[in-house]
Amino acid sequence: MELDPLFLSRLQFAWVVAWHILLPAFTIGLASYIAVLEALSFTTGRQVYFRLSTFWIRIFAISFGMGVVSGIVMPFQFGTNWSRFSDATANVLSPLLAYEGLTAFFLEAAFLGVLLFGRRLVPPWAHLVAALMVAGGTLFSAFWILSTNSWMQTPAGYEIIDGRFFPQDWLKIIFNPSFLYRLAHTVVAFYVTTGFVVIGVGAWYLLRDRFVEEGRSMLSMTLWLLTILVPLQIFLGDQHGLNSFQYQPAKIAAVEGRWDTVSAAPLTLFAIPDAKTESNRYAVEIPYLGSLILTHDVHGNVRGLKEWPADERPPVAIPFFAFRIMVGIGLLMLALVVASWWVRASRRLYSSRWFLRCCEFSMPLGFIAVIAGWTTTEVGRQPWTVYGLMRTADSVSPSLTGNDVLISLVGYGIVYLVIFPVGVALMARLVRSGPLAPGPEPDPVEGGRPGLPVSALRAAEPEALP
Amino acid sequence: MSVPMLDFVPIWTVILGLGVFFYVLLDGFDLGVGILYGFTFDRTSRNLVMNSIAPIWDGNETWLVLGGIGLFSAFPLAFAIIMPAVYFPLFGMLLALAFRGVAFEFRYRDAPHRTFWDYAFCLGSALATFSQGIVLGAFIQGFEVSGRNFAGGSLDCFTPFSILTGVSLLFGYALLGAGWLVLKTEGELQDWARRLGRWCFGGVLLAIALVSILTPLLALDIAFRWFSWPNILYLSPIPILTLLLAIWEWRSLNNRSEAAPFAGAIGLFLLCYLGIGISLWPMIVPYKFTLWEAAASPNTQAFLLIGALFLIPVILMYTGWSYWVFRGKVRGDIGYH
Repeated sequence: MELDPLFLSRLQFAWVVAWHILLPAFTIGLASYIAVLEALSFTTGRQVYFRLSTFWIRIFAISFGMGVVSGIVMPFQFGTNWSRFSDATANVLSPLLAYEGLTAFFLEAAFLGVLLFGRRLVPPWAHLVAALMVAGGTLFSAFWILSTNSWMQTPAGYEIIDGRFFPQDWLKIIFNPSFLYRLAHTVVAFYVTTGFVVIGVGAWYLLRDRFVEEGRSMLSMTLWLLTILVPLQIFLGDQHGLNSFQYQPAKIAAVEGRWDTVSAAPLTLFAIPDAKTESNRYAVEIPYLGSLILTHDVHGNVRGLKEWPADERPPVAIPFFAFRIMVGIGLLMLALVVASWWVRASRRLYSSRWFLRCCEFSMPLGFIAVIAGWTTTEVGRQPWTVYGLMRTADSVSPSLTGNDVLISLVGYGIVYLVIFPVGVALMARLVRSGPLAPGPEPDPVEGGRPGLPVSALRAAEPEALP
Repeated sequence: MSVPMLDFVPIWTVILGLGVFFYVLLDGFDLGVGILYGFTFDRTSRNLVMNSIAPIWDGNETWLVLGGIGLFSAFPLAFAIIMPAVYFPLFGMLLALAFRGVAFEFRYRDAPHRTFWDYAFCLGSALATFSQGIVLGAFIQGFEVSGRNFAGGSLDCFTPFSILTGVSLLFGYALLGAGWLVLKTEGELQDWARRLGRWCFGGVLLAIALVSILTPLLALDIAFRWFSWPNILYLSPIPILTLLLAIWEWRSLNNRSEAAPFAGAIGLFLLCYLGIGISLWPMIVPYKFTLWEAAASPNTQAFLLIGALFLIPVILMYTGWSYWVFRGKVRGDIGYH
C-alpha cells in the first residue's frame, strides 16, 4: 500500500494538537485559580491561601513547560505539512496568530519567571501582578487561537483572489459568526476541567486525612464555582450547537446521525451509523426531540446528510460518538454538582466518603470531555480546512512523501509518549507529597518555589550539604 | 491587489530581522549554556549552570515563535516554501527543544532519572542548535521552487555546506553560552567557562573562515556582490571589524573582564548576521523571490503593524524588567541574591 502523506499529515496534526490541547485545558484554569489564591493571600493574609498557591504553582510549572514545548510545534506544522493552506490563508489568519504571540506568549513567559522564581526578589504586590499577568496571558492566547480556529469553521470578512484569501473587514474576520460561542464554550470547558482536578485533589487529601485545611478550601471554593459553571456550560453548549446548526448544518447532521431531511426529527440517543447504506442501525430514538432542541419547534425542519454529495460529507461515526461522550460527561458533572448541594446542605461535604470518592474519580472527566468536544468539532467540519471553501486534501504540502511524514509521525509519537507520562507522573508525585507544612512565617526562598532547583536538590540529598 | 499607498515591506523587514536576531542571541546563549552543560564537572556546577538560565529560557524561546509566525505574517510565500523544504531539520529542532524544555522541570522533580534528563538537556540543546545551522545553510544555498511551492525533496537540505553551518552554529552558540556563564558565575566555574569559551572561540574563527570561503564558491551571485568594484570597498568594513572584534574577544577571554566575552560574542554574531543579510538582499527565498514578491497583502501588513508598533516596545520593557529581577551572579546556596 502506498503511504498517503495527506492522511499521515492529518494523523500527525491530530496527534500533536490533541496532546497539546490537554495542557491549556488545565493551565488556563489553573493560572486563574493561582491568581485568585494569590489575591486572597495578599488581601486576607491567610496562610492557607499562601500554601495552596505555592503548591499549585509547582504543578503549574510542569504543565506550563509541557504546554510551551508542545505549543511551539503547532505553528511549524502549518508551514511544514500544510504549506498550501498557509499560502492561501496567510493574509487573513497570520495576524491573528501573530497577535497571539505578541499579546499572550511574551506576557506569559516574562511573568512566569517572576511567578516561579521571584517571590523573594520582588515585593508581594509585584508577585500578585505577575500571577495576574500570567492568567491574563493564557486568556489572551485562547482568544486569538480560537478566533483563528473559528474563522476556519465559519469564514467571514474575506475576498478570494486567484484561490487565495484576502482580508476585507478585520472585525468580521476576528468576530466571525462562530467565534464568541466557541470562545465561551471552550474557556468555560477549561475552567471546569481544572475545577474537577482541584476537587479531585482536595477529596484525595480529605479521604486520607492529610492537609485537611487545604483540602477543605479546595473542595468548597471550587464546588461553588462549578455550581455556576457546569449549568452555564450546558447552556453555552446548546447555544454553540444552534450556531453550528445555522452555519455548519452538515456537521450537525453527522452529530445527530441524521441521513434524511425531515420535519419533526427524532433525537437519536444511540445508533451505529453506517455510511455505506446511509442509515443507522440499532437506533434508539425519542420522537420530536431532535427538532425541538435544534429548532425549538417540534415540527422544525432538520437537514440530513443525503442533501450533500458524498464527497462533501464529514465522517459520521466519529463526531456522532464523540459528541455523545462529551454530553454524557457533562451530565455526569451536573449530577456531581447537584449531589454537592445536597451533601453541603446536610453538612457532610468534607466527611461523606462516597461523595469524596466520586470527586476523586471525576478528576479526568474534563480532559476526556475536552478531547471529545474537540474531535466533534474538528472531524465534523471535514472535508474542509476553510469551511466550504478549501479542502483538506488541497491544503497539504505538495513536496512531502508518505515516508517523510511517517518518520516524523513516529518521532512525535515516541517523544510525546515519553514526555507526557513522565510529566503526569511528576505532577502526581507533587500531589502525593502535598502542600508544604505550615511555617510561622512564609520563608521567601522556600515560598517562591520549594523546587528552587538547588534547595530542592540539597534537601533530597543530605550528602550534598556542606 | 490594489496598489499600496504605503510600502510596509522595509519596516517589516526590519522588524522580522530584529526578531530573528533577538532569537539568535537570546535562545542562542541559553542553547549554548545547554551545550556546555555536557562538560560540567560536578553536581554543584550543573545546578549553577542550569540556574543561570532557568527563569528566562521560555521567554527566550518565545522569540522563535515570533520569528516563525512573523515570517508567516509578513512574507507568507517564503513561509510556505521554506518550511516544507527544511522539514527534517525543523522536526529535529522541535523534538530537541521539547526534550530540553521539559528537562528544566523534570530534572529536579524526577530524582531517580536525573541522569537521563541531564543528557536530554545537553543533547537536546546541541541537536536544536545543529538543526538551526542546517536551516541556515540550506537557506544560503537556496531551494528548488515550482510556482508557489517547494518542489525539491525533503532531504535536499542536507549538504556538506549545511552540515558545516550546523557545526559552526554549535560553536557559535556555545561561545555565547560561555560568555553568559562568565558574566553570571564566579570563581572556579567562571574559570571553567573561560577555558571552554577559548575552545569555542577557536571553532568559531575556523567556521567563519570556512563559511566565508565556501559561500562565494557555491553562490556566484554572492561572489559577484562581494568582489565586484566598488562593492568590495563598501563591504570591506565587515571583515575588518570582524577581525578586530575577534582579537578583542580573544583578549577578553584571557583577562579578567566579566562582561566583555559576552559582548564580544554578540558583536561577532551581529557582524555575521549583517554579512548574510547583505549577501542575500533583497531575497527572502534566496535566488527566487524577493521580499516584495513574497510579502503579505498591504492590508495584512498594516493591520499587524498597528499592534506590533505598540506591543513590541511594551514586550521589550517587561522582558527587560524580568531580566533585571534576576540580575547579578547566580548563587547555588540560595538560588538567587
